[in-house]
Amino acid sequence: MHTSLLAWRNFRYGKWALLLGVIGIGLYLSQGGNAAQPPNGGTWQGYVLGTVGALLIVWLSVLGVRKRRYSSAAGTVQGWTSAHVYLGAVLLLIGTLHSAAQVGWNVHTLAYALMCLVIFSGFYGLYVYIHLPGHLATNNAGKDRDAWLEELADLDSNIRDTVESCDAELQAMALSALDLTQLGGSTWQQLTARDGSRIVLPGQSKAVSNAEQGIIVNALSERIPDARKQSQAEVLNELLALFGRRRVILHLLRQDVRLKGLLKVWLFVHIPLTIALLVALSIHIFSVFIYW
Amino acid sequence: MSKRYHIAIVGAGPAGLSAAGRAAHYDAESGAAEPTYILLEGFNTFAKTIQKYQKGKHVMDEPGFLNLRSEVGFTAGKREEILGVWDEALAAGINIRYDSEVVAIDGEKGGFNLKLGSGDAVEAEHIVFSIGTQGNPRTLGVPGDAESDFVRYTLDDPEDFKEETIVVVGAGDAAIENAIALSDYNKVFIINRRNEFSRAKDGNLNAVLAAINDKNRPFYCVYEANVAGLELPSAPGAKGAIVLSTPSGEERIECHRIIARLGTIPPRKFVESCGIVITSDNPEAVPDVDRHYQSNVPGLYIIGALGGYPLIKQAMNQGYDVVEFINGKDTKPADYPLLQDQFSGLPYVMDAEDVLDLYQQRVPMFRHMNPLAFRELIIESRIIVSLPPAELARAPQGGERSTAFVAAGEPLYRNGEFSTTFYTLVEGEVQLQLEKDGPWHTIKPGQFFGEMSLISGRPRQGDAVVSEDAILIETPRRIMVKLMNSNKEVSSGIDRIFVMRALQAAFRPQLTLEELGNIAGQVETRQYKAGEVLFTEGEEGDCLHLIRSGTVMLTRGGANLVVNQNHSGELAGQMALMGAPRRRDTATAAVRTETIVIRQAEFLALVGSQPEHVATLQGRLSEVLRKSNSMASQPQAAGAIGFLMGQGLGEATNALVIDETLCVGCDNCERACAETHNGISRLDRESGASLAGLHVPISCRHCELPHCMKDCPPDAIRRSANGEVFISDSCIGCGNCETNCPYDAIKLSYAAPKKPGLLSWLLLGRGPGPGEPESFTPSAAAKDAGKKAVKCDACMGRPGGPACVRACPTGAAVRVSPEQFSELVEGH
Repeated sequence: MHTSLLAWRNFRYGKWALLLGVIGIGLYLSQGGNAAQPPNGGTWQGYVLGTVGALLIVWLSVLGVRKRRYSSAAGTVQGWTSAHVYLGAVLLLIGTLHSAAQVGWNVHTLAYALMCLVIFSGFYGLYVYIHLPGHLATNNAGKDRDAWLEELADLDSNIRDTVESCDAELQAMALSALDLTQLGGSTWQQLTARDGSRIVLPGQSKAVSNAEQGIIVNALSERIPDARKQSQAEVLNELLALFGRRRVILHLLRQDVRLKGLLKVWLFVHIPLTIALLVALSIHIFSVFIYW
Repeated sequence: MSKRYHIAIVGAGPAGLSAAGRAAHYDAESGAAEPTYILLEGFNTFAKTIQKYQKGKHVMDEPGFLNLRSEVGFTAGKREEILGVWDEALAAGINIRYDSEVVAIDGEKGGFNLKLGSGDAVEAEHIVFSIGTQGNPRTLGVPGDAESDFVRYTLDDPEDFKEETIVVVGAGDAAIENAIALSDYNKVFIINRRNEFSRAKDGNLNAVLAAINDKNRPFYCVYEANVAGLELPSAPGAKGAIVLSTPSGEERIECHRIIARLGTIPPRKFVESCGIVITSDNPEAVPDVDRHYQSNVPGLYIIGALGGYPLIKQAMNQGYDVVEFINGKDTKPADYPLLQDQFSGLPYVMDAEDVLDLYQQRVPMFRHMNPLAFRELIIESRIIVSLPPAELARAPQGGERSTAFVAAGEPLYRNGEFSTTFYTLVEGEVQLQLEKDGPWHTIKPGQFFGEMSLISGRPRQGDAVVSEDAILIETPRRIMVKLMNSNKEVSSGIDRIFVMRALQAAFRPQLTLEELGNIAGQVETRQYKAGEVLFTEGEEGDCLHLIRSGTVMLTRGGANLVVNQNHSGELAGQMALMGAPRRRDTATAAVRTETIVIRQAEFLALVGSQPEHVATLQGRLSEVLRKSNSMASQPQAAGAIGFLMGQGLGEATNALVIDETLCVGCDNCERACAETHNGISRLDRESGASLAGLHVPISCRHCELPHCMKDCPPDAIRRSANGEVFISDSCIGCGNCETNCPYDAIKLSYAAPKKPGLLSWLLLGRGPGPGEPESFTPSAAAKDAGKKAVKCDACMGRPGGPACVRACPTGAAVRVSPEQFSELVEGH
């Protein structure tokens, strides 16, 4: 019932792309070629390949428009995306055949290079689209981000209440661990799920790293055996359990941020490069006709 | 010596005001020196239900097809405007007496004696009850508890009070919500009579416990405390006190204000104490009245919501009419032209009132109904006349409310169509199937059909074909349900036929109607709440269940491993009567379910009369066994179905299920929904439960028997023939559907501002672009029009189907019906 975008309609566009690729190779080979006129973009076969490639590029960029035509009845977005993936992949072949490996420091090669970058960023996008949603689902264990944040907030207020009966030193340390917890941060920190949380240790004025709540968890587990009274040990045990759970939720939330970020960030490369490609492509076509 | 009036009107809501207005008109006409009527109101203001609406709420004047007939004005508009008009009408000289709750009535027509709460009494020849159904708030029951600045029984806006000490009395949802809201700016004590908050909703229960435990919030609870007395403040603004009796003795709390939220006293007891009979025990039942709104007590009239007419305009028209009737005028009711229109296409010329009487006599089940209820049934129904196809084109085209014409020989409905209306045949014949491609049964005048879908909410089973010159009454489900709730004869009549036809469809017995009727009389109908067990794996069974409505899930070896699900019209546990009494599965009601229990004797009588059908039953059973075996051997898939059932999808017909292993979280589904539905998304992708890669987002599932349709005053929520449940433009924004939906799929929202065209956004940067924004600020006009309910309409009528599914780039979103669940979960 649920079909992935690759398997859409029994790999319909995969088959089309394959056919297009075979025809492209056939065209390329039919150029024969000799020293005076090696296969290149200027033969009729080269023009055909170039035209097909240019049309593909334009059509592939139209996905962004179709995706936003919410009431369009022209196929489903999934069908378009499936075609986008396969035809985009075969474009790499068509473009390469059109260029016939003639490269240089010019606008033509710039267009080719941009095309390759767009396609490879697309391959990366396809990779994350296929692999990350499953990880994300497993990571979030059936709850959404708001639900986890809510549980985290409950834990924190619970910790604040519990720590009130502890000595001032521990209290200050635990509260600093709460206050200096970091979620999110710079794009890089988000995408790498780096934990910048810190803590102020007793007797120190500078905060040190408390990544994965490690310092506070260690501090608590070291204090438990030293506890003089049973009631004190109980409070410490409870705090340990709370911080342990907190560590897990923070980790999970960071992974959530990272995975969701990865699912989006490649588009910040893919789309601007596509625009650049469209510009370079226009110049390429224009200049080819000027210097006919 | 108490004063004597011609008419005493009890309750100053819209109905009472209108009645008083008309009575005042008569007084003015006759030049009476003293008013001959009195309007008695138990509260200190008129129309208290509408006064309680939030500020600026837009009040609608549904039903649009009915004209207002009243001396007191009323058109759709803001709460303040409407109350203003009524206030003017009152000031213009209506004889109203506030704080005069009627506590007892004795006497008879011509000499009633109304005892008031204050101890006074009023005498009246006639009494009009227009007290509505909301009831009066329960009071504290100690001296000084009358509504005042110090003691309040309602709370309009918690932000009206700041930096005060406030005592909230009560432990229900209203008390908790008020207390928590007040504690933002005030010190609040909540007084609970018991030692726990057992009456509250889960959300409120958690919230109140959190508030009590929150050290930063000035929120305190006194458990097991009863109000023993009040000390009223000596001067306005000064503190008073409340005295509580607690297990540890008396406790006194000084406070600026007391807000008591102790619920309301439903008027039923009082109504019955006046001698008025309400035949059904059903809490929604209304008292019977005759054509002139007179109850079984002569001289005592009932109008408005208490009589079953909750809409303001209907109630006001009745207020006018009832005074006419009391004054001996046989005025045609305001709805007379509507009846005329409905009957306009009948093949005979007759006064509408006479047609009404004739039809009531023709249908045995309706014969003993009270005429006013029958009149309402007809007004809310559609009169259908069948014509030969050739004449159909020439039939006059009336409005939406005139007689409808259909082609003879053509189906009235087809198998699989979603409609829940109820048909009564007045003339002609109808050929009826009880299941797809099943045998035909002939329906004669006076009989009815369509009760299967009415009761189960499932699509039609089999076709119904109408003969030439037939006349039918097609009644909406809402009206039938209301009637069945208040009229035992109708409900048991429909029930009996339902059981007979269900048995006919399931077993095709060759029995006379009488024999079948006997069996129908013997079988037992049982109700199960969601989660209740019908039978348990391993026990010895002696009966089978024919499902009347709802869904039964069969689990094996563990509560969440669902091996099969059965819907209405299907059998569960038939193995027990077909050779293997030991139950192989546990049967649990997935949603509220009703079944017909058939035991050995009835089963043998049914199948014994038609041995050929046994092979069909065995064939179906084998199919069921094959299916459950396949699910039982895939515990993961069975567990996933268990999860879906746990999310209430057992009663769904069309639900959005997202595959989490495909969803990239782009929210294009939500944007597509908003873009195709006036800027407001009807689904919330991220919220909702997930299990094993399946996610059930918050969106409408188009339930079999939609909870939202239950209590919609203007009947704005409809179901299309294809099953989509949608809200029409007549929504008045009352919020009942939002409250009734157990799945949070309906919300109230202002209209979203219109978006600029794509080009003017792209080139000129005007307004939000496609898919933007997720929230918006409503325009002043939209705020004026008020919030309306919005929900998914499954993109009804949109080419290509639901936008959410079509807009998903990765194929993660699909819409499914329960029949497709096994297909959905396999591979997960």
